[in-house]
Amino acid sequence: MTRPRHPRTRNPDPEEDSKPTTSSSSGGGGGTAMRVIVPLQGVVQGRGGLVLGSVIPCALFYFLQLYLKRNRSREEHPPPSPSSSAEHLPEVPGLQRTLSRAHLSPRGPAHVSGRVNAILRSGDSPDIVGVKKYLEDAYDKMSNPDGVIQLGLAENKVGLDLVRNWLVENGREAMLGDELSISGITNYQPFDGLMELKVAVAEFMSRAIEGAVSFDPSQIVLTTGASAAIEMLSFCIADAGNAFLVPTPYYPSFDCDLKWRSGVEIIPVPCRSADGFSLNFTALDLAFSQAKKRGVKVRGIIISNPSDPVGSLPNRETLYNLLDFATEKNMHIICNEVFVGSTHGEGFLSMAQVADSEDFDRSRVHIIYSLSEDLSLIGFNVGVIYSFNQNVVAAAKKLARFSSISSPTQRMLVSLLSDTRFMQNFIRISREKLGKMYMMFTGELRQLGIECVKGSGGSYCWADMSGLIRSYSEKGELELWDKLLNTAKINVTPGSICHCIEPGWFRFCFTALTEEDIPLVMKRLQKVTETCKSRS
Amino acid sequence: MRLVVPLRGIVGGRGGLILGTFVPCALFCYLHIRRLRFLATRRVSERAEPIAKAEESPYYVGLGRVSQDPFDEVANPNGIIQLGLSENRLCLDLIEEWLSENLNGAMIGHGSDKGHLGIGGITGYQPHDGVTELKEAMAGFMSQVMGGEISFDPSRIVLTAGATPAIEILCFCLADPGDAFLVPTPYYPGFDRDMTWRTGVELIPVHCHSANNFILSIAALQQAFNQARKRGQRVQGILISNPSNPVGNLLPQKTLHDILDFARKKNIHIISDEIFAGSIHGNEEFFSLAKILDAENFDKSRAHILYGLSKDLSLAGFRVGVIYSYNDDVLAAAKKLTRFSSVSAPTQRLLISLLSDTSFIGRYLETNRKRIRKMYDIFVSGLKEIGVKYVDSSGGLYCWVDMSGLMHSHNVKEELELWDKLLNVAKVNATPGSACHSIEPGWFRCCFTTLSEGNIRIAIERIRKVAEMRKSSR
Repeated sequence: MTRPRHPRTRNPDPEEDSKPTTSSSSGGGGGTAMRVIVPLQGVVQGRGGLVLGSVIPCALFYFLQLYLKRNRSREEHPPPSPSSSAEHLPEVPGLQRTLSRAHLSPRGPAHVSGRVNAILRSGDSPDIVGVKKYLEDAYDKMSNPDGVIQLGLAENKVGLDLVRNWLVENGREAMLGDELSISGITNYQPFDGLMELKVAVAEFMSRAIEGAVSFDPSQIVLTTGASAAIEMLSFCIADAGNAFLVPTPYYPSFDCDLKWRSGVEIIPVPCRSADGFSLNFTALDLAFSQAKKRGVKVRGIIISNPSDPVGSLPNRETLYNLLDFATEKNMHIICNEVFVGSTHGEGFLSMAQVADSEDFDRSRVHIIYSLSEDLSLIGFNVGVIYSFNQNVVAAAKKLARFSSISSPTQRMLVSLLSDTRFMQNFIRISREKLGKMYMMFTGELRQLGIECVKGSGGSYCWADMSGLIRSYSEKGELELWDKLLNTAKINVTPGSICHCIEPGWFRFCFTALTEEDIPLVMKRLQKVTETCKSRS
Repeated sequence: MRLVVPLRGIVGGRGGLILGTFVPCALFCYLHIRRLRFLATRRVSERAEPIAKAEESPYYVGLGRVSQDPFDEVANPNGIIQLGLSENRLCLDLIEEWLSENLNGAMIGHGSDKGHLGIGGITGYQPHDGVTELKEAMAGFMSQVMGGEISFDPSRIVLTAGATPAIEILCFCLADPGDAFLVPTPYYPGFDRDMTWRTGVELIPVHCHSANNFILSIAALQQAFNQARKRGQRVQGILISNPSNPVGNLLPQKTLHDILDFARKKNIHIISDEIFAGSIHGNEEFFSLAKILDAENFDKSRAHILYGLSKDLSLAGFRVGVIYSYNDDVLAAAKKLTRFSSVSAPTQRLLISLLSDTSFIGRYLETNRKRIRKMYDIFVSGLKEIGVKYVDSSGGLYCWVDMSGLMHSHNVKEELELWDKLLNVAKVNATPGSACHSIEPGWFRCCFTTLSEGNIRIAIERIRKVAEMRKSSR
């Protein structure tokens, strides 16, 4: 019922009087100008008011959306590569096929996708170079005592003996089951993992935090490693072009996992050594606002707990504030708790505990876990997505077809994890060993004048070698890294790969060593530290 | 009055433009923001929404129903007989025998690997795309499967956690979002998911007809390519399956030559999915893309082969797929992308032993072919008895059956009704042709390698009942 009644023009319309007489000020071209202006005046003054008043802005809005959509699709569809002029050549009919096709005019190689280039380009980072060097000249106590010692990958060999012995004794039955039948492991299984394994993983995760929280197996999706888990979550939570806030320094793998295929941007939130590299909420807020100004949608925050590469544990207050922040800005939280079983200090709090305790909207919390690190199961590649959001779980379950774990491996793990006596023993011994190694390693580093951030978890320590670098910059840091790799023959991870804003920090993964190896590492380090000190 | 007068004013047009714009816009903005906030936390990302939705394709619906009510001769004789999943259970006894004899040795490892859980030996380094020994064993195995005449280069192999990620990774490497692949129909229903969900790539069907025995015609390929070009869509490649799924025929040598020529002229890639190469039970000669490329002087950088152990070795649960590419850039990128889909160490270790046991593999492949043939013969003779036609095929674990005789009219709606009858009344799950994008209604894919001889006869009997019901209801 919005039939506009004809406005009574006789009524004094305040707008009419105060309207600048555009008709007179428009100057020349009287006729056509008048034809445009008079109806406009009418519209402005309210004649035909509601109908025109709704239609015009709606029409404008519609055209704006169309324009934006067209622009977006133009960005996504770059014009086909013009280098192959072959596409424009006319078809040559009736060309006889000869045996040697090289006679035919070569059309050039078929083109690969544009996104391949971005992936190929990321091959030059120092950690890849380090690994290559290590593979060519790997340290071995007996056969190659002068080889490169690998302290760059967070491989946990602390519990290796225990697990290996268990597998040797029990692996066969574990894989084939009691009847030694294989139909269970050869057939197609649910892509997101066997239910028995999910149950076993849920119990293990709970045991790792001393039963503080119980995990629901139906909210678990199993994947081939933590990288697949992170990538999958980013697909489910964010669209291409969206962003995640990630406090630095962060786990270098995030760069590949989030950007390569998922197309999600990482916005680093710098943390400082003065704060012990703990999360700074001012910086977080600032990063968020800056992203908003740029028009980038921030979909979530990713934190690691224990932090990788620093090794510290965020305290209860930080985790609560984080949940508050996420609620306020309406975003998700992905908590990478890959080292939950490798905490050797006190005070670990899982995000699940925090989310459980308060009245938070848990559907924004997702936890990533992995069995490989805690259980020294190098190469097993088992990742876990634990999400409180049913829709995310549903989508991830479907995507799990691209990252599905081998059934024999799953079977073995079910047996291993269900051996509760062994697992309790294992976690205890593993944590003790880790703590001991950590103290020993950081103590020895201190002797060399290298201080580490107090870490309570993970298989590494975060060492400040800024006193040893020539110029206080990324260049200086990489020079030191190079010296460490080629002179001291130790491969470590430089802070710049972890996007640390303060140069000179390095991550040492000491769990790849045995206790006897530590003095050797220190001796080699000393060579470099002495040369660096003598120069400065 | 305070409310009504201004409202009347608006309606009457006074203050018209401003309020008239303001009110609907405010309403719209409010609703839009509420929707966005709602979407942000309650739901998933826009790209994940369609993925999370429930299944609609009969291929998946059927599989779902069978898992709820599977046929078992003893425990559930009225359950649904599975003819919809191309899985091979005919030679599991051989694998079991091998495992029980060799598992321990395979687990602990040999030589430099001894005592190490990881498979990189002392270095512990785990290349995501598979250790060299496994690639070498796989190259040898693929060669054995394809008759021993072709040799595969281990350095061109990338191992993935199943053929599903293999094809997804290839799509990421060969095409950008919005690009397309030409795919001859009927094709494996899984391609719709595997190739498009995350890659942003589209599939353009190129229809094949029964008159031509469902062999791809270059004219159809050309037409589809031209239409795509008119639409402004960039075609990056052709995907063929050979042996084909779901028809089961082998591509003749000439057709492969023609397809390669076409790809060269249009400067696009060819992906040949040869996952059923070891499941050829007929007498026709099989031409792998590798064989054609070996013999002729084609530009190999546009050719890629997909393989896996799920069908030929019945090891679907092991999750092992292979990308074999002649293109160095694609290889390099694919290797990096396997960080998301790698084969786990214990499985790799086990497979090195298994695939290197060439005498066992030879025996297995031979027995497998014979047993598939036997089941095929039983199944098609059963079809003949009940008067149902099928395509005479040489490969694959299934039969492409023409059930149009059981349909009242020749369209997709009827086909789906028939599928429903088969599934819910006859309790037989077969894959309808429409799920495979077949342009001719009435075709169904029936996989017979998960059944025993007796169960095949039961399945045929059930289909016969439906056929009779249909005839009598005409």
